[in-house]
Amino acid sequence: MIKVEGITKSFKVAKRSTGLLQAAKALVHREHTIVEALKEISFTIEPGEIVGYIGPNGAGKSTTIKIMSGILVPDGGTCNILGYTPWKNRVEYVKNIGVVFGQRSQLWWDVPVIDSFELLKDIYKIPQPEYKSTFDLLIETLELKEIINSPVRQLSLGQRMRCEIAASLIHNPQILFLDEPTIGLDAVSKIAVRQFIKTINQEKGVTVVLTTHDMNDIEALANRVILIGKGSLLYDGNLEELRKRFGSQKTITADYRKNPNPIDIAGTSVISWSPEHVVLSIDTEQTLSSEVITKLSSQLELLDVTIESQPIEDIIIQLYKEFQI
Amino acid sequence: MNLYFKYLLILFKSQMQYRTSFWLLSIGQFFIPFSVFAGLYFLFERFGQIKGWNFFEVALCFAIIHMAFSLSECFARGFDTFSSLIIKGDFDRVLVRPRSTFLQVLGSKFEFTRIGRLAQSAIVLLWALNNLPIEWSLLKIVTLFFMITSGVLIFTGIYMLAATMCFWTVQGLEVANIFTDGGREMAQYPLNIYQKWVARIFTYVIPFGTVNYLPLLFILGKTNGNDLLYMLTPIAGSLFILPCFLVWQFGVRHYRSTGS
Amino acid sequence: MKVYASILKIRLLIGMQYRSAAWAGVATQFFWGFISIMVFEAFYEFAAVTPPISLRELITYIWLQQAFLAFIMLWFRDNELFDLITSGNIAYELCRPTDLYGFWYAKLLAQRLSSALLRCYPILILAFFLPKPYNLTLPPNVSTFILFVVTLLLGLLLLVAISMFLYISVFITLSPMGSLLVFGVLGEFFAGLIIPIPLMPLWLQKIAYVLPFRWTADFPFRVYSGHITQNDAVIGVFIQLGYLLGLLWLGKLALNSVLKRVVVQGG
Repeated sequence: MIKVEGITKSFKVAKRSTGLLQAAKALVHREHTIVEALKEISFTIEPGEIVGYIGPNGAGKSTTIKIMSGILVPDGGTCNILGYTPWKNRVEYVKNIGVVFGQRSQLWWDVPVIDSFELLKDIYKIPQPEYKSTFDLLIETLELKEIINSPVRQLSLGQRMRCEIAASLIHNPQILFLDEPTIGLDAVSKIAVRQFIKTINQEKGVTVVLTTHDMNDIEALANRVILIGKGSLLYDGNLEELRKRFGSQKTITADYRKNPNPIDIAGTSVISWSPEHVVLSIDTEQTLSSEVITKLSSQLELLDVTIESQPIEDIIIQLYKEFQI
Repeated sequence: MNLYFKYLLILFKSQMQYRTSFWLLSIGQFFIPFSVFAGLYFLFERFGQIKGWNFFEVALCFAIIHMAFSLSECFARGFDTFSSLIIKGDFDRVLVRPRSTFLQVLGSKFEFTRIGRLAQSAIVLLWALNNLPIEWSLLKIVTLFFMITSGVLIFTGIYMLAATMCFWTVQGLEVANIFTDGGREMAQYPLNIYQKWVARIFTYVIPFGTVNYLPLLFILGKTNGNDLLYMLTPIAGSLFILPCFLVWQFGVRHYRSTGS
Repeated sequence: MKVYASILKIRLLIGMQYRSAAWAGVATQFFWGFISIMVFEAFYEFAAVTPPISLRELITYIWLQQAFLAFIMLWFRDNELFDLITSGNIAYELCRPTDLYGFWYAKLLAQRLSSALLRCYPILILAFFLPKPYNLTLPPNVSTFILFVVTLLLGLLLLVAISMFLYISVFITLSPMGSLLVFGVLGEFFAGLIIPIPLMPLWLQKIAYVLPFRWTADFPFRVYSGHITQNDAVIGVFIQLGYLLGLLWLGKLALNSVLKRVVVQGG
């Protein structure tokens, strides 16, 4: 469905000057640097997948999304989506995709949401019966009934994002690109938006590509992640695999009857310690957690023990560090 | 075209959410050119004429160019304020929709408050027409209509050129004011009061001369030679927008390859 | 004083970042000046009676106007301040350890100064080297020039004092539109920006001479060309000073009273 091969893209960026003298110099001449935003990116996405596209700021996520949605023309490489090359035949191609830019709105600010939908109907030239059925389905499955008649400016950020996503689906696209759909939302709204995306994927079989900084989004939605850093593809596979490969750290927390002796167990490192409580970090590739617990119980009178895997968030941070991105 | 009206409708609805500010701004738009017109009036009170043109003839010039200007500012505002579309990144949105960029940008913004300026210049137009001894004919009425239309198209063309500049830099767009505000100020007077080279530039390069000076000669019966030629000049002037359209397309292509 | 100097420096820096804007501004003003001059030239060509100001003096008047536009335009405004007032964030501003009137005055002054500093040279230099009769001429003598500089700077201080009322009025109206309109349209008309004051009908001139606006633009420019004699210029300086002190006093008074309202309403 989506086949990206060897996409490259570089930008010319003007150097910002500081100081009065440099600023005066820049009046006449400004220096540029070339930034390689994407280096030979390739991947394939099958119909019905939800793919999380992740990476730190400036890694090239948005550039990729822009290329795939036909906004940008890459310097090299090929891209085939639904049989189209996105940057050619822009008008024909974009009828088949929906795009949500998390930080910007596509709804008209001062009029009721439904008016925006009606206008989108005209923009996409959707026939009335088709529009009606899609509209009803969206309203029902996404519970938009109450908010559809309020002006956008009166909606909460979470409600607005739901309307934004619905607006990108009004023309029945086969692919949905979501650029940071949960940015700036509170925890409850985030969960609602995730649920929403999931519903759409399941009910309508829409293929979803989303970028995000919130790993909980990925965990909740995507079984596949593509990690990109400094313009290169670093990882492409499912989340479990990622966790196995990079998430070998575990945390053991133990409460016990008061014991003043400090704890020292080979293969672990102490994160925090008090006479009644200890937090240890272990690397499961070297030590098994059961061994550590056995050792602990031989030394202490244990009251409670919990073992936690490393949160995906930490894995990603560690990954970024490892790849120096 | 249908879609354009839909855009118009939704933005009018939005504007009507802020009625007070709309009326205040419209009144403002009424008075801003009013002070300029007052200045013009006082100059004629002192000097009586300008190179043989009398007050009402110049007032007609003034009215036509201001009407064209206010109409273009109202209906082509999307191009006039295009830099904000670029800065906010909303042009990307335009590109993911299956319609022409021209239509979408045109429909992205309307400035309805220009009704004030339009009203002011319409009053001047009526006043001037009432006081000019013109023998009206159907052709002359059609010409008057063409004059305003071609003015709108030329201003729109200039907005498009300035908007195209935004693909490279959003700074220094003020320079377009030379041709919009400057062109408007200049075309308030018949072109022949200026130096030859200025008149030539604004006839052949940016054809403001075809909006009012040349066809005005026809309306006032001051032509020597072929009336039809003078009458048709506004149509020739309207062609100005065609190359602007090509330049715009070129700019869009540049944007899509640099994403700046 | 140091605070004010650093505000000016920051403004200059910001201004320079927008180099193309500066060049574009210069080009626009230059073009504008040219058009006005040609219009007046056309009017003068068949003038039945000798106009009260010569074309020479008028051309000087127009070039100075274009070069120092930032000193004389009332619509040249600071939207940041408007937002501050209308959004109610003014409360933060009140926490600063500086006198608000002085701080804003300095900010507005710095904006105009930096903008004019960046733009006046290219226009002045170009205007000097234009072919006759379109060129800007030197003032008749050194003392006239000194008087011009003094009156121009006093005019700037006066203009900023006037513009302060614009911001103060927004506290009451909560929308800058109305005030901008009145100040912009009337102020600029009576400062001689639309047509020079000597060319107005006599009854209008009388009104213009009573209002403070003409002392910001019309007066210094005519001092430069010698249209206003040195003696009158010296007297004018005292009138400028009088207006300036009066308006500063009034402005402070007005600001304090509107601020009191803000404090009472709790911002």
